[in-house]
Amino acid sequence: MKGSVVSITLNGVERETLVAPGTTLLNLLREHQSLTGTRRGCDQGSCGSCTVLVDGKAKLACLIPVETIAGSRVETVENLALNNELHPLQQAFVEGFATQCGFCTSGMIMAAKGLLSVNPRPSRADVIRAISGNVCRCTGYESIVDAILAAAAGMGKPLKKSA
Amino acid sequence: MAKLKGRGVAAVNYPTGMNLGGDPSQALIHATTTGSFVVTLSSVDLGQGLKTVIAQIAAETLGIPYDSVMIDTADTDTGPHCMGTFASRGTHRIGNAVIMAAREAREVMLNVAATELEVDAADLVTDGKGRIHVNGAPDKGIGVLDVALAAHFKHGNTISGRGIFLKPKSTPVPETGEMDPDSCQAHACTIAEVEVDDETGVVRVLKLTNGYEVGRAMNPALAHQQIVGGAWMGISHALYETTEPYYPDRAHGPLDFSEYLMPGPADLAEMESVIIERPASNGPYGAKGIGEMTANSPIPAIANAIFDACGVRVTSLPITPEKVLRGLDALQAVNPV
Repeated sequence: MKGSVVSITLNGVERETLVAPGTTLLNLLREHQSLTGTRRGCDQGSCGSCTVLVDGKAKLACLIPVETIAGSRVETVENLALNNELHPLQQAFVEGFATQCGFCTSGMIMAAKGLLSVNPRPSRADVIRAISGNVCRCTGYESIVDAILAAAAGMGKPLKKSA
Repeated sequence: MAKLKGRGVAAVNYPTGMNLGGDPSQALIHATTTGSFVVTLSSVDLGQGLKTVIAQIAAETLGIPYDSVMIDTADTDTGPHCMGTFASRGTHRIGNAVIMAAREAREVMLNVAATELEVDAADLVTDGKGRIHVNGAPDKGIGVLDVALAAHFKHGNTISGRGIFLKPKSTPVPETGEMDPDSCQAHACTIAEVEVDDETGVVRVLKLTNGYEVGRAMNPALAHQQIVGGAWMGISHALYETTEPYYPDRAHGPLDFSEYLMPGPADLAEMESVIIERPASNGPYGAKGIGEMTANSPIPAIANAIFDACGVRVTSLPITPEKVLRGLDALQAVNPV
């Protein structure tokens, strides 16, 4: 089968890529673009580790054939820290000890970013719902939920400078 | 049909480390030309925070800032030997090895500083901020960086240390079975509060109140992290996880993670935990192992709470809705309402 050229806006930069039929967004990110911050966990849509934003919405990159999202905006965890300054969600995860082995972290953060972009003042139940498709084996989730709520509370304010 | 509430308690002793055929971990430490110290290990940090705690232990023993310590766990082929991070042994075994290595390196560091300052090494102290000075005379001192430079380029000296902690092999006494299998024991106690739906058999953990006696919480935030994550795993073992639900029959076993049940963020219990510190005489700065124990006490506490709630005593894990309903049916058969 012949490949096709697909254009997507990846972390703000428009890119045209030649992809084989059925290539998933996850493969494109990790194998073609070397953006390995997006994790490959189960590769079947049940762990949430590969969560990215497609046109602002949290989606599972392992389930999306690249050809079906031609022309879309894709944002990965690599796009969050700008000018060496952590995104408030990342900062909240660090300060709240919300990461242990770190494998689920980028998916959790992208799921949370998708939530906060449509719901900047989420309730605890909203946060739990937003990350309900993301599996964490280490933390017991409590610190992750707390960190997302802390980031939401702080995001209206100027960024905290690290001491 | 009702939701029945119950409360259960359980306590465990948990051994730190195991005997094996002699159980060692080694550590090597050396100073670089920048005045930082590298701790070389074969031990693995898989998220439990080993690197952080080991850096704290090394910094404390060397008498230098935490930021000046680098932990290198790069390669189990080329690094000093470690049996591994299991049996809740990491902090205890590797921490003790690092203390031994750091003491040796500190002695060399103080000897070089003594030569540079033309004083007796026994009179020197470290301020923990990167300086070494004569006790009681902070002005008569030298920076750790300058000591490292002098050692490398003037004295031809290596500021380094070797450490090992070995739990010797212990053989059971044939007559009594008596042996010395572990290094110390940590303790945990959990009170679980549950709600059992007697129509569906579903158990919901409402609250876990935990007390963990860990010797010394080397890093209280990391210890708390282990407690919360471990207690969650306890809930998971008690109520959800299994690869063979009808063991030894393989039917209905999960084949991948989409079928392998674990509690999600919506199944969290309210949790309150306290850390109690009774330092172990053979632990690094008194620390005992905390890791696995955090998952243990919640399991029997939840089983006891289910018994308290509905009278059903389930003796195999996980305690699935099916087992609860079969238990309720059995009670009903004995005592028809």
